[in-house]
Amino acid sequence: MSGAGPRENVFATRMALTNTKLRLKGAETGHSLLAKKRDALTTRFRAILRKVDEAKRKMGRVMQLASFSMAEVTYTTGDISYIVQEQAKLATFRVKAKQENVSGVLLPGFDVDRVPGSDFNLTGLGRGGQQVLRAKEVYAKALETLVELASLQTAFTILDEVIRATNRRVNAIEHIIIPRLDNTIKYIMSELDEMDREEFFRLKKVQGKKKRDAGNAERLAIADEELLKQLDEQQEPTTDLLSTKDEDVIF
Amino acid sequence: MASTTAFKDRNLIAVIGDEDSITGLLLAGIGHINEHQRKNFLVVDSKTQISTIEAAFQEFTQRKDTAIVLINQHIAEKIRPTVDRYQEAFPTLLEIPSKDHPYDPSKDSVLKRVQKLFGE
Repeated sequence: MSGAGPRENVFATRMALTNTKLRLKGAETGHSLLAKKRDALTTRFRAILRKVDEAKRKMGRVMQLASFSMAEVTYTTGDISYIVQEQAKLATFRVKAKQENVSGVLLPGFDVDRVPGSDFNLTGLGRGGQQVLRAKEVYAKALETLVELASLQTAFTILDEVIRATNRRVNAIEHIIIPRLDNTIKYIMSELDEMDREEFFRLKKVQGKKKRDAGNAERLAIADEELLKQLDEQQEPTTDLLSTKDEDVIF
Repeated sequence: MASTTAFKDRNLIAVIGDEDSITGLLLAGIGHINEHQRKNFLVVDSKTQISTIEAAFQEFTQRKDTAIVLINQHIAEKIRPTVDRYQEAFPTLLEIPSKDHPYDPSKDSVLKRVQKLFGE
Protein backbone atom coordinates (compact mmCIF):
# COMPACT_ATOMS: atom_id res chain seq x y z
CA MET A 1 0.00 0.00 0.00
CA SER A 2 2.71 2.45 0.90
CA GLY A 3 4.44 2.19 -2.49
CA ALA A 4 6.28 -1.04 -1.93
CA GLY A 5 7.68 -1.15 -5.48
CA PRO A 6 10.19 1.25 -6.99
CA ARG A 7 9.14 4.84 -6.75
CA GLU A 8 10.50 8.25 -7.51
CA ASN A 9 12.51 10.17 -5.01
CA VAL A 10 10.20 13.00 -4.02
CA PHE A 11 9.20 14.79 -0.86
CA ALA A 12 5.74 13.91 0.27
CA THR A 13 4.01 17.22 -0.26
CA ARG A 14 0.73 18.21 -1.79
CA MET A 15 2.54 19.88 -4.66
CA ALA A 16 4.55 16.78 -5.46
CA LEU A 17 1.30 14.81 -5.39
CA THR A 18 -0.33 17.15 -7.91
CA ASN A 19 2.75 17.01 -10.13
CA THR A 20 2.93 13.24 -10.02
CA LYS A 21 -0.76 12.91 -10.77
CA LEU A 22 -0.33 15.17 -13.79
CA ARG A 23 2.62 13.11 -14.94
CA LEU A 24 0.67 9.90 -14.54
CA LYS A 25 -2.09 11.35 -16.67
CA GLY A 26 0.48 12.37 -19.29
CA ALA A 27 2.01 8.91 -19.26
CA GLU A 28 -1.39 7.33 -19.77
CA THR A 29 -2.19 9.64 -22.67
CA GLY A 30 1.21 8.92 -24.21
CA HIS A 31 0.67 5.22 -23.76
CA SER A 32 -2.64 5.22 -25.57
CA LEU A 33 -1.24 7.40 -28.36
CA LEU A 34 1.80 5.16 -28.83
CA ALA A 35 -0.39 2.08 -28.79
CA LYS A 36 -2.50 3.64 -31.54
CA LYS A 37 0.63 4.44 -33.53
CA ARG A 38 1.85 0.91 -33.10
CA ASP A 39 -1.45 -0.48 -34.34
CA ALA A 40 -1.42 1.78 -37.38
CA LEU A 41 2.17 0.81 -38.19
CA THR A 42 1.47 -2.86 -37.71
CA THR A 43 -1.48 -2.69 -40.09
CA ARG A 44 0.76 -1.06 -42.64
CA PHE A 45 3.50 -3.56 -41.94
CA ARG A 46 1.22 -6.51 -42.57
CA ALA A 47 0.12 -5.05 -45.90
CA ILE A 48 3.74 -4.51 -46.91
CA LEU A 49 4.71 -8.00 -45.81
CA ARG A 50 2.10 -9.49 -48.05
CA LYS A 51 3.21 -7.29 -50.94
CA VAL A 52 6.88 -8.19 -50.40
CA ASP A 53 6.01 -11.86 -50.48
CA GLU A 54 4.03 -11.41 -53.70
CA ALA A 55 6.63 -9.22 -55.37
CA LYS A 56 9.43 -11.67 -54.57
CA ARG A 57 7.55 -14.44 -56.30
CA LYS A 58 6.69 -12.21 -59.23
CA MET A 59 10.35 -11.27 -59.51
CA GLY A 60 11.24 -14.93 -59.93
CA ARG A 61 9.00 -15.18 -62.99
CA VAL A 62 10.10 -11.86 -64.47
CA MET A 63 13.77 -12.66 -64.13
CA GLN A 64 13.20 -16.02 -65.77
CA LEU A 65 11.64 -14.25 -68.72
CA ALA A 66 14.55 -11.84 -68.85
CA SER A 67 17.09 -14.66 -68.81
CA PHE A 68 15.23 -16.28 -71.66
CA SER A 69 15.42 -13.17 -73.81
CA MET A 70 19.10 -12.94 -72.98
CA ALA A 71 19.52 -16.49 -74.22
CA GLU A 72 17.83 -15.47 -77.47
CA VAL A 73 20.32 -12.64 -77.85
CA THR A 74 23.27 -14.93 -77.25
CA TYR A 75 21.86 -17.37 -79.76
CA THR A 76 21.48 -14.82 -82.55
CA THR A 77 24.23 -12.33 -81.84
CA GLY A 78 26.83 -14.33 -80.06
CA ASP A 79 28.43 -13.28 -76.85
CA ILE A 80 27.88 -9.57 -76.29
CA SER A 81 28.78 -9.46 -72.64
CA TYR A 82 32.25 -8.10 -73.25
CA ILE A 83 31.05 -5.23 -75.47
CA VAL A 84 28.29 -4.35 -73.08
CA GLN A 85 30.57 -4.32 -70.08
CA GLU A 86 33.09 -2.17 -71.84
CA GLN A 87 30.52 0.32 -73.05
CA ALA A 88 28.99 0.96 -69.66
CA LYS A 89 29.98 4.48 -68.68
CA LEU A 90 27.13 6.39 -67.15
CA ALA A 91 23.99 4.92 -65.76
CA THR A 92 20.88 5.76 -67.75
CA PHE A 93 18.67 3.68 -65.56
CA ARG A 94 18.62 5.29 -62.14
CA VAL A 95 16.26 5.48 -59.24
CA LYS A 96 14.84 8.49 -57.48
CA ALA A 97 14.01 8.47 -53.81
CA LYS A 98 10.59 9.56 -52.62
CA GLN A 99 9.05 9.70 -49.19
CA GLU A 100 5.80 8.62 -47.73
CA ASN A 101 4.50 9.46 -44.30
CA VAL A 102 2.85 6.75 -42.25
CA SER A 103 1.82 8.07 -38.82
CA GLY A 104 4.95 10.09 -38.36
CA VAL A 105 7.35 7.61 -39.89
CA LEU A 106 9.00 8.62 -43.14
CA LEU A 107 9.05 5.63 -45.42
CA PRO A 108 11.41 6.01 -48.33
CA GLY A 109 10.61 4.50 -51.66
CA PHE A 110 12.25 4.40 -55.05
CA ASP A 111 10.96 5.56 -58.38
CA VAL A 112 12.45 4.56 -61.69
CA ASP A 113 14.27 7.45 -63.30
CA ARG A 114 15.22 6.61 -66.88
CA VAL A 115 17.28 8.90 -68.97
CA PRO A 116 16.46 8.18 -72.59
CA GLY A 117 19.95 7.32 -73.70
CA SER A 118 21.09 5.59 -76.82
CA ASP A 119 23.59 3.22 -75.34
CA PHE A 120 24.61 0.06 -77.11
CA ASN A 121 23.16 1.27 -80.36
CA LEU A 122 25.82 -0.51 -82.30
CA THR A 123 25.45 -3.73 -80.37
CA GLY A 124 24.11 -6.41 -82.61
CA LEU A 125 24.39 -4.24 -85.68
CA GLY A 126 25.43 -7.17 -87.77
CA ARG A 127 22.66 -9.51 -86.66
CA GLY A 128 20.24 -9.90 -83.81
CA GLY A 129 19.72 -6.18 -83.27
CA GLN A 130 16.05 -6.74 -82.69
CA GLN A 131 16.69 -9.37 -80.08
CA VAL A 132 19.10 -7.05 -78.32
CA LEU A 133 16.48 -4.32 -78.29
CA ARG A 134 13.86 -6.66 -76.97
CA ALA A 135 16.21 -7.97 -74.28
CA LYS A 136 16.88 -4.39 -73.32
CA GLU A 137 13.18 -3.72 -72.87
CA VAL A 138 12.55 -6.94 -71.01
CA TYR A 139 15.40 -6.24 -68.64
CA ALA A 140 14.19 -2.69 -68.11
CA LYS A 141 10.75 -4.08 -67.19
CA ALA A 142 12.36 -6.60 -64.86
CA LEU A 143 14.36 -3.81 -63.26
CA GLU A 144 11.17 -1.85 -62.66
CA THR A 145 9.82 -4.82 -60.76
CA LEU A 146 13.08 -5.04 -58.85
CA VAL A 147 12.98 -1.35 -57.95
CA GLU A 148 9.41 -1.69 -56.74
CA LEU A 149 10.44 -4.67 -54.67
CA ALA A 150 13.41 -2.75 -53.32
CA SER A 151 11.23 0.10 -52.09
CA LEU A 152 8.87 -2.37 -50.47
CA GLN A 153 11.79 -4.04 -48.81
CA THR A 154 13.22 -0.75 -47.57
CA ALA A 155 9.85 0.16 -46.14
CA PHE A 156 9.75 -3.26 -44.55
CA THR A 157 13.15 -2.85 -42.91
CA ILE A 158 12.45 0.64 -41.61
CA LEU A 159 8.96 -0.21 -40.41
CA ASP A 160 10.31 -3.25 -38.64
CA GLU A 161 12.81 -1.06 -36.82
CA VAL A 162 10.26 1.62 -35.94
CA ILE A 163 7.68 -0.88 -34.75
CA ARG A 164 10.23 -2.47 -32.50
CA ALA A 165 11.18 0.92 -31.02
CA THR A 166 7.52 1.84 -30.53
CA ASN A 167 6.83 -1.49 -28.89
CA ARG A 168 9.70 -0.94 -26.53
CA ARG A 169 8.35 2.46 -25.59
CA VAL A 170 4.80 1.20 -25.09
CA ASN A 171 6.03 -1.61 -22.88
CA ALA A 172 8.33 0.69 -20.92
CA ILE A 173 5.48 3.08 -20.19
CA GLU A 174 3.08 0.30 -19.36
CA HIS A 175 5.31 -1.80 -17.15
CA ILE A 176 7.78 0.66 -15.65
CA ILE A 177 6.75 4.28 -15.78
CA ILE A 178 3.06 3.95 -14.89
CA PRO A 179 3.63 1.54 -11.96
CA ARG A 180 6.39 3.78 -10.66
CA LEU A 181 4.20 6.86 -10.79
CA ASP A 182 1.40 4.86 -9.17
CA ASN A 183 3.74 3.82 -6.40
CA THR A 184 4.90 7.40 -5.94
CA ILE A 185 1.32 8.61 -5.64
CA LYS A 186 0.51 5.89 -3.13
CA TYR A 187 3.62 6.70 -1.17
CA ILE A 188 2.82 10.42 -1.05
CA MET A 189 -0.77 9.70 -0.08
CA SER A 190 0.24 7.41 2.75
CA GLU A 191 2.84 9.87 3.97
CA LEU A 192 0.32 12.69 3.89
CA ASP A 193 -2.22 10.54 5.76
CA GLU A 194 0.40 9.70 8.31
CA MET A 195 1.20 13.37 8.73
CA ASP A 196 -2.49 14.11 9.08
CA ARG A 197 -2.88 11.55 11.80
CA GLU A 198 0.16 12.86 13.62
CA GLU A 199 -1.14 16.39 13.39
CA PHE A 200 -4.53 15.33 14.68
CA PHE A 201 -3.00 13.50 17.57
CA ARG A 202 -0.82 16.48 18.38
CA LEU A 203 -3.80 18.80 18.34
CA LYS A 204 -5.70 16.45 20.59
CA LYS A 205 -2.80 16.34 22.99
CA VAL A 206 -2.54 20.12 23.03
CA GLN A 207 -6.22 20.46 23.59
CA GLY A 208 -6.14 17.94 26.43
CA LYS A 209 -3.29 19.77 28.04
CA LYS A 210 -5.08 23.06 27.70
CA LYS A 211 -8.19 21.59 29.24
CA ARG A 212 -6.20 20.17 32.09
CA ASP A 213 -4.52 23.47 32.64
CA ALA A 214 -7.83 25.26 32.56
CA GLY A 215 -9.29 22.77 35.08
CA ASN A 216 -6.32 23.21 37.34
CA ALA A 217 -6.63 26.96 37.16
CA GLU A 218 -10.32 26.75 38.06
CA ARG A 219 -9.69 24.48 40.91
CA LEU A 220 -6.96 26.76 42.15
CA ALA A 221 -9.28 29.73 41.87
CA ILE A 222 -11.96 27.91 43.81
CA ALA A 223 -9.45 26.89 46.41
CA ASP A 224 -8.29 30.46 46.76
CA GLU A 225 -11.78 31.68 47.16
CA GLU A 226 -12.48 29.11 49.79
CA LEU A 227 -9.35 30.01 51.61
CA LEU A 228 -10.31 33.61 51.61
CA LYS A 229 -13.76 32.72 52.86
CA GLN A 230 -12.28 30.64 55.62
CA LEU A 231 -9.99 33.43 56.53
CA ASP A 232 -12.94 35.73 56.60
CA GLU A 233 -14.85 33.36 58.83
CA GLN A 234 -11.92 32.99 61.15
CA GLN A 235 -11.52 36.66 61.34
CA GLU A 236 -15.14 37.30 62.32
CA PRO A 237 -14.92 36.35 66.06
CA THR A 238 -11.82 38.38 66.53
CA THR A 239 -13.40 41.61 65.67
CA ASP A 240 -12.36 44.89 66.89
CA LEU A 241 -11.71 44.69 70.57
CA LEU A 242 -12.73 48.26 71.07
CA SER A 243 -16.07 47.87 69.57
CA THR A 244 -17.05 44.91 71.65
CA LYS A 245 -17.88 45.18 75.12
CA ASP A 246 -16.75 42.65 77.63
CA GLU A 247 -19.11 41.59 80.38
CA ASP A 248 -18.57 43.29 83.55
CA VAL A 249 -16.48 41.43 85.94
CA ILE A 250 -17.87 41.35 89.43
CA PHE A 251 -15.62 40.42 92.18
CA MET B 1 18.15 7.59 -38.21
CA ALA B 2 21.09 9.10 -39.95
CA SER B 3 20.61 6.96 -43.01
CA THR B 4 17.33 8.63 -43.96
CA THR B 5 18.95 12.02 -44.33
CA ALA B 6 21.39 10.88 -46.96
CA PHE B 7 19.21 8.74 -49.14
CA LYS B 8 18.27 11.57 -51.51
CA ASP B 9 21.65 11.27 -53.24
CA ARG B 10 21.36 7.56 -53.73
CA ASN B 11 20.29 6.83 -57.26
CA LEU B 12 22.43 4.00 -58.57
CA ILE B 13 21.81 0.30 -58.71
CA ALA B 14 24.82 -1.92 -58.05
CA VAL B 15 24.90 -5.55 -59.02
CA ILE B 16 26.91 -8.65 -58.21
CA GLY B 17 26.04 -11.46 -60.53
CA ASP B 18 26.95 -13.96 -63.19
CA GLU B 19 27.81 -12.87 -66.69
CA ASP B 20 24.34 -13.21 -68.18
CA SER B 21 22.55 -11.31 -65.44
CA ILE B 22 25.11 -8.53 -65.58
CA THR B 23 24.93 -8.26 -69.35
CA GLY B 24 21.16 -8.01 -69.28
CA LEU B 25 21.08 -5.45 -66.51
CA LEU B 26 23.80 -3.38 -68.14
CA LEU B 27 21.83 -3.51 -71.37
CA ALA B 28 18.95 -1.95 -69.48
CA GLY B 29 21.33 0.85 -68.55
CA ILE B 30 22.38 0.52 -64.94
CA GLY B 31 26.10 0.40 -65.64
CA HIS B 32 28.03 3.26 -64.13
CA ILE B 33 31.70 4.02 -63.79
CA ASN B 34 32.43 6.89 -61.48
CA GLU B 35 35.26 9.41 -61.47
CA HIS B 36 37.54 7.01 -59.60
CA GLN B 37 37.00 4.38 -62.30
CA ARG B 38 35.02 2.26 -59.88
CA LYS B 39 32.43 0.07 -61.50
CA ASN B 40 29.10 -0.58 -59.89
CA PHE B 41 28.98 -4.18 -61.04
CA LEU B 42 30.98 -7.32 -60.45
CA VAL B 43 30.98 -10.30 -62.74
CA VAL B 44 31.27 -13.52 -60.80
CA ASP B 45 32.18 -16.76 -62.47
CA SER B 46 33.35 -20.09 -61.14
CA LYS B 47 36.90 -18.80 -60.75
CA THR B 48 36.07 -15.72 -58.69
CA GLN B 49 37.40 -15.83 -55.15
CA ILE B 50 34.92 -15.56 -52.30
CA SER B 51 37.05 -12.80 -50.78
CA THR B 52 36.59 -10.77 -53.98
CA ILE B 53 32.83 -11.15 -53.71
CA GLU B 54 32.94 -10.15 -50.06
CA ALA B 55 35.02 -7.09 -50.84
CA ALA B 56 32.68 -6.03 -53.63
CA PHE B 57 29.68 -6.55 -51.37
CA GLN B 58 31.24 -4.41 -48.67
CA GLU B 59 32.15 -1.72 -51.18
CA PHE B 60 28.69 -1.56 -52.74
CA THR B 61 26.90 -1.50 -49.40
CA GLN B 62 29.15 1.27 -48.13
CA ARG B 63 28.99 3.51 -51.16
CA LYS B 64 26.94 6.63 -50.62
CA ASP B 65 25.49 6.83 -54.13
CA THR B 66 24.01 3.34 -54.27
CA ALA B 67 20.33 2.86 -53.58
CA ILE B 68 19.89 -0.79 -54.40
CA VAL B 69 22.34 -3.69 -54.41
CA LEU B 70 21.32 -6.65 -56.52
CA ILE B 71 22.99 -9.98 -55.96
CA ASN B 72 22.39 -13.33 -57.59
CA GLN B 73 21.02 -15.76 -55.12
CA HIS B 74 23.57 -18.47 -55.77
CA ILE B 75 26.32 -15.90 -55.16
CA ALA B 76 24.59 -14.67 -52.02
CA GLU B 77 24.69 -18.29 -50.86
CA LYS B 78 28.49 -18.18 -51.03
CA ILE B 79 28.69 -15.25 -48.64
CA ARG B 80 25.49 -16.07 -46.74
CA PRO B 81 26.75 -15.06 -43.26
CA THR B 82 27.69 -11.58 -44.53
CA VAL B 83 24.39 -11.22 -46.36
CA ASP B 84 22.35 -12.34 -43.38
CA ARG B 85 24.21 -9.93 -41.14
CA TYR B 86 23.38 -7.03 -43.41
CA GLN B 87 20.30 -5.35 -41.93
CA GLU B 88 20.56 -1.76 -43.11
CA ALA B 89 17.75 -0.01 -44.90
CA PHE B 90 20.15 1.72 -47.32
CA PRO B 91 21.22 0.50 -49.74
CA THR B 92 18.52 -2.09 -50.11
CA LEU B 93 19.80 -5.58 -50.71
CA LEU B 94 17.88 -7.68 -53.20
CA GLU B 95 18.55 -11.28 -54.02
CA ILE B 96 17.67 -12.05 -57.60
CA PRO B 97 17.48 -15.38 -59.38
CA SER B 98 19.90 -16.21 -62.17
CA LYS B 99 19.53 -18.22 -65.32
CA ASP B 100 20.93 -21.47 -64.01
CA HIS B 101 19.62 -21.14 -60.49
CA PRO B 102 15.85 -20.73 -60.10
CA TYR B 103 14.64 -18.57 -57.30
CA ASP B 104 14.28 -20.22 -53.93
CA PRO B 105 12.23 -18.06 -51.54
CA SER B 106 13.23 -20.10 -48.50
CA LYS B 107 16.85 -18.96 -48.79
CA ASP B 108 16.19 -15.24 -49.08
CA SER B 109 17.38 -13.38 -45.97
CA VAL B 110 14.47 -10.95 -46.09
CA LEU B 111 11.85 -13.59 -46.77
CA LYS B 112 13.27 -15.59 -43.88
CA ARG B 113 12.52 -12.66 -41.63
CA VAL B 114 9.08 -12.29 -43.18
CA GLN B 115 8.36 -15.91 -42.46
CA LYS B 116 9.61 -15.54 -38.92
CA LEU B 117 7.31 -12.57 -38.36
CA PHE B 118 4.34 -14.51 -39.64
CA GLY B 119 5.22 -17.14 -37.09
CA GLU B 120 5.79 -19.99 -39.47
